[in-house]
Amino acid sequence: MNGSLRWRIALTLIVVALGVAYLLPSLPAVQNSAMARFLPNDKISLGLDLKGGIHLTLGVDMDKAMDNTLVRLGDDVKVVAREKGIIVLKPKVINGQQIEAVLLKKEQQEELNSLITKDFNNLSVVSTSVKPDGKVTYIFAPTSEFKKYLTKLTMDQAIKTIRNRIDQFGVAEPDIRKQQGNRIQIQLPGMQDPERAINIIGKTAHLEFKLVDDLADLEKAKKGIVAPGREITVIRHMLPDGSYVEKPIVLRKEALLTGEFINDAQTRFDQFNQPYVTLNFNSRGARIFERITGENVKKRMAIVLDGKVYSAPTIQDRISGGKASITGSYSTDEAQDLAIVLRAGSLPAPVTILEQRTVGPSLGQESIDKGITAAVVGSILVLVFMLVYYSFAGLVADIVLVLNVILILAGLAAFGATLTLPGIAGIILTIGMAVDANVIIFERIREELRRGLTAKAAIVEGYSRATLTILDANITTVIAAVILYQFGTGPIRGFAVTLTLGILTSMFTAIFVTRILFDLYTSKRAADAPLSI
Amino acid sequence: MGLQIIKPDTHIDFIGFKRKAFIISAILILLGLGSLVVKGGPKYGIDFAGGIVVQVKFDKLVPVKEVKNILKGTELPGLTVQSFGHLDDNEILIRTSTSKVTSADIRARVNKEFTDNLKDTKFEIQRLEMVGPKVGADLRTKAIEALYFAVLLIAIYISGRFEKRWFAAALMAGGLFGGISILEFAGLPTSLLIFAALIITVGLCWYLKLNYALGAIVALIHDVLITVGIFSLLGKDFDLTIIAALLTIIGYSLNDTIIVFDRIRENIFGKAGEDFADTINISINQTLSRTILTSGTTLLVVIALFVLGGGVIHDFALALLIGVGVGTYSSIFVASPILLGVGAGKLEDDEETVGAGAA
Repeated sequence: MNGSLRWRIALTLIVVALGVAYLLPSLPAVQNSAMARFLPNDKISLGLDLKGGIHLTLGVDMDKAMDNTLVRLGDDVKVVAREKGIIVLKPKVINGQQIEAVLLKKEQQEELNSLITKDFNNLSVVSTSVKPDGKVTYIFAPTSEFKKYLTKLTMDQAIKTIRNRIDQFGVAEPDIRKQQGNRIQIQLPGMQDPERAINIIGKTAHLEFKLVDDLADLEKAKKGIVAPGREITVIRHMLPDGSYVEKPIVLRKEALLTGEFINDAQTRFDQFNQPYVTLNFNSRGARIFERITGENVKKRMAIVLDGKVYSAPTIQDRISGGKASITGSYSTDEAQDLAIVLRAGSLPAPVTILEQRTVGPSLGQESIDKGITAAVVGSILVLVFMLVYYSFAGLVADIVLVLNVILILAGLAAFGATLTLPGIAGIILTIGMAVDANVIIFERIREELRRGLTAKAAIVEGYSRATLTILDANITTVIAAVILYQFGTGPIRGFAVTLTLGILTSMFTAIFVTRILFDLYTSKRAADAPLSI
Repeated sequence: MGLQIIKPDTHIDFIGFKRKAFIISAILILLGLGSLVVKGGPKYGIDFAGGIVVQVKFDKLVPVKEVKNILKGTELPGLTVQSFGHLDDNEILIRTSTSKVTSADIRARVNKEFTDNLKDTKFEIQRLEMVGPKVGADLRTKAIEALYFAVLLIAIYISGRFEKRWFAAALMAGGLFGGISILEFAGLPTSLLIFAALIITVGLCWYLKLNYALGAIVALIHDVLITVGIFSLLGKDFDLTIIAALLTIIGYSLNDTIIVFDRIRENIFGKAGEDFADTINISINQTLSRTILTSGTTLLVVIALFVLGGGVIHDFALALLIGVGVGTYSSIFVASPILLGVGAGKLEDDEETVGAGAA
């Protein structure tokens, strides 16, 4: 045995050992045995299409976020200007992009301009127009840097809030990431109840406390006629059979307190075992709550979540201590979910579900079983075929084919790649294509043998001529796979990864490892002994 | 020596078959394109068109007709029901084109109708996918971009590797990129852009005399067109997994073409044939065993996947099955005759430089 062969064998054995070490933890039988302690922790992670679970793409309504921010900025301008003795009236958002406001006296234009430059550097004055009555209509627009900043802030906040909610909901290994175009991608493996999860994630959870206008005429309100400063919405009641009805209710528009002052929210049960949600305000919220309850005793206060009234209890007395509760009619799950969204805070902007893919766990298991069956049957067919067609050389090809599959699976575990259903298809396809490199080499060796070369010489010649061809042919497939990875999502990426891994490992096994087996086979034999190929 | 499918002294005149091959290919492509035109373009699955798909498994056979009748009450727009997977799986696929109804609502409606109308049949909603129209359009653009980049990069690689003309390859890349940018600016829709990209690529390969790349690219366009055409004829949906299959077919088809081309180049150096047509014939014959064996083993496993892999992977396996078959055919009957038609470029004319380049 020469030196080159010795180190090649050593390298191969190391690779095989590593492959087996990384593959074993993924086998169910090994996972719970004592052996697991000595092996790497990396396991092949299964994609949602195999494990079951939910894949969601959410779109964050950036226009609404901008609108909310502009409303607040407009109010700020009004308040800050008034402190300086400048009267600014009726700030409002126009086109969802700009703020329109009216300056009462045109003599104060200079002052207002310098105030904007000094205190509101995220706003710029777009235009001013003087009216005959001496009022000036101002149009402000947010600067482009501020828009960018707001977009980033809104996205980050939304992701944080959603992560918070999912964590509290208790999903193992959630995957939440920002995507282009103000989108958020969420993957929840193993989730059994998709609608509940979507409900929790998608709820804006904008909580407000508003006074109820009990004097309003409900019949008129139903037709859309409400007094200024009032609004009509619905309050829901649970019927004894568990279904809900929604009844109209008229509220004062102004929110006395909002959810941003909440410290904590918990589910409790009353003496009839009905669930309710308790709220704890922070110190500032507690002070506000004490004041508003004191000022509005015997009036009804509505607890409004995302525009819907959950309950509207009558205030019996001033409430100090910063505790409130939302009684109402809901199931235990609903109460728990409500507590989660209140605890995790509200989303900075509404979200819509752009894409949703749900796979039940039974389908996932079925896919795994069918995929494995197809892989096993396909492999056996190829193994038998190669053995029959090439005899000894076929055995060599079979050995490296098995090694190849081990290395692909080990590679998936080691790189933390996800195995998906198309990924399994990728492995199966690779099994078929993996023998290609061997076939190219074997056919070449046969040609050289026919030309009259000895076995040893034919092997040397066959390998050297086939190697470049194999590289060329495989690089194009790798290019296709890399592009698939770049442009694909979820399962498609899984396919691209296994395909690439498969090509790389098959080149290693077909060119490098088979050569060792041939060299070992021929080293002990006479130079002119025939080769079984 | 083991078994042999192809005898070593086989000498089939593949090039002589080129006229018949051309007619066969033309008929297949025209049939497919005709079907696409008649049906008003490819039938997009929900990945690209948007909509909702619900996969339901029953514990016993429920005829599709009955399911359709039951679901009439849901009043879902564009509702289609089809059986899914193998018959004994008792699975159906419900599809609706709506984007106005929420997935929760659909789940509830389907649940209610089946619970009310199929009293002794148990069922389970195994899969529910909803894709909004915006995401669908984005995915469509992405898929076309993927095909475009695949063709471009592969053309560059083959030109560079086979003709050692990386500069011409770079020129082609630049030309393609510029042309597409202009057309994109002119407002050409993305679906036509991919055709434009392919035509520009072929044109540039022709103009720059990148003959190997030309043969390979025409062969892979041929394969993709036929696969897409057959899918359209069979009324199959186009979704993301089919794009994955198409890209794999591109990779596979080239793999096959390159092996033949590689041998042609080698035989040009060795002056194996009397003329170029003969050289190509000799090369194809020499690699024929390999072509048949590899396609054979690949088809074996793809058939296993097609038969045993389950409903979700079924169409994907079908696309691969067609693609591997057509890809093998095209490397022999399309790519090589085209190479013959345009000539092997400089390599043939100037053997002195070739000898030096190969050393």
